[in-house]
Amino acid sequence: MMRLRYAFAAAGFTLLLWQGIVWITGVPPFILPSPVRVGQAAYANRVLIAENAWVTACEVGLALIIGTVLGAITAVRLAASPRLHRLLTPMLIFTQAVPVFALAPILTLWFGYGIASKVVMAVLIIYFPVTSAFYDGLTRVPAGILDMARTMGGTERQIMRRIKIPHALPSLGTGLKLAAVYAPIGAVIGEWVGASKGLGYLMLLANGRAKTDLMFASLFTLAIMTLLLHVAVTKVSDRLSRY
Amino acid sequence: MQAPAIQLSGSYHIDGTCLFAPIDMTLPAGEWTCVLGRSGVGKSTILRLIAGVRCEGDFQGEITASDGLPLVGRVSVMAQSDLLLPWLSVLENTVLGARLRGEVPDLQRAGNLLEWVGLARHAGKKPDSLSGGMRQRTALARTLMEDRPVVLLDEPFSALDAGTRADMQDLAAGLLKDKTVLLVTHDPAEAVRLGHQIIVLTADAAQPWTPPSLPPIRDQYAPETVECQAQLLAHLRRAQ
Repeated sequence: MMRLRYAFAAAGFTLLLWQGIVWITGVPPFILPSPVRVGQAAYANRVLIAENAWVTACEVGLALIIGTVLGAITAVRLAASPRLHRLLTPMLIFTQAVPVFALAPILTLWFGYGIASKVVMAVLIIYFPVTSAFYDGLTRVPAGILDMARTMGGTERQIMRRIKIPHALPSLGTGLKLAAVYAPIGAVIGEWVGASKGLGYLMLLANGRAKTDLMFASLFTLAIMTLLLHVAVTKVSDRLSRY
Repeated sequence: MQAPAIQLSGSYHIDGTCLFAPIDMTLPAGEWTCVLGRSGVGKSTILRLIAGVRCEGDFQGEITASDGLPLVGRVSVMAQSDLLLPWLSVLENTVLGARLRGEVPDLQRAGNLLEWVGLARHAGKKPDSLSGGMRQRTALARTLMEDRPVVLLDEPFSALDAGTRADMQDLAAGLLKDKTVLLVTHDPAEAVRLGHQIIVLTADAAQPWTPPSLPPIRDQYAPETVECQAQLLAHLRRAQ
């Protein structure tokens, strides 16, 4: 509760400072609109913003689900097979060396202007952190527990299912928290490159028509969505960490 | 399942350095053997070798059971750390072995074992909410649940307070009767109280130490027990 109060106080202070700068400098609204003007634009365009926000939310939600499932499966496979790990890890690291944003035009070419290219873009961004965090947890089970499990005659499959995966769930939660922040970035970049819907598209459209207030309104909507997603994922992550 | 005697003979090297020279050691069938020695002399390594779990070094020798059968699947281990899984309840931790083998656990028997170790009322609790003694009793119940003829104990009571440790020694001695037990310990009092056979391990040899004539579990205040403890402690200090 106290943290929430501080967050509101900090937000209020920032808005006041922003409004103050606009008043004092007299900067034109198409360069920097005042927060009041942004609020008015957000209200006036609420239906338009909501429609586009829904599209972005769908892209992010789908990417989170697909990226998490793919990342978790990869991590389990890598942890189950050291040979596969030795084979795939250099490739995974190499894919991270390629700036994923640079792939956005190709993805749009391959998957079209619809939701698919944005989902693929966001999945590519979150796949590695999820895989890496979960794999880390799977391979950090104390040796004593694994020795005991093997002395008991445990099969590798059951050891994975009953010991390694539960032990690694808090690490998966950490990966999910990162993914929740990265996924909207991927979706919006995808929308910038080629889209007819979504908050990224709306921001680009507003910017091109010098509707800076609408662009800011879209930006804040995206930020609020990301924050809400982060809070939700943190709750899930905390539940995973609570044994 | 009849508990076999275990014969270990051989030497152990890590990166070319000898941890212990060729030694011969017999764990008599259905009895407790307590192994003492300074830290790093290889007590836990012997336990790991018998348990058949991975070791860093190279063992040259052999480990055999008196019945000629392999030891795999006939050994259970209880360590200093309780190794309880924090996301499982006391009952679920007790039946972990069956779950890991993909078998349906005998919950009735697990319940009885928890009754024996005094944890029946705590069966649904998670390890985090238990005291150190209760956690070790859960680990003991898990070891008993495996019902293996050979039980290897690696300083399982060393982290407990004196009173709880004595209680756990009584409990373990009663419940592990007729099993071939190897207890690795740093505590001469514990070895003298529990051991049918006591072995002092040095880098050169596994020397037997004559325990008191009374059978275990011995009265720790009996003059013969106290005398044996004192002499054993003096011997260990000299050996260091």
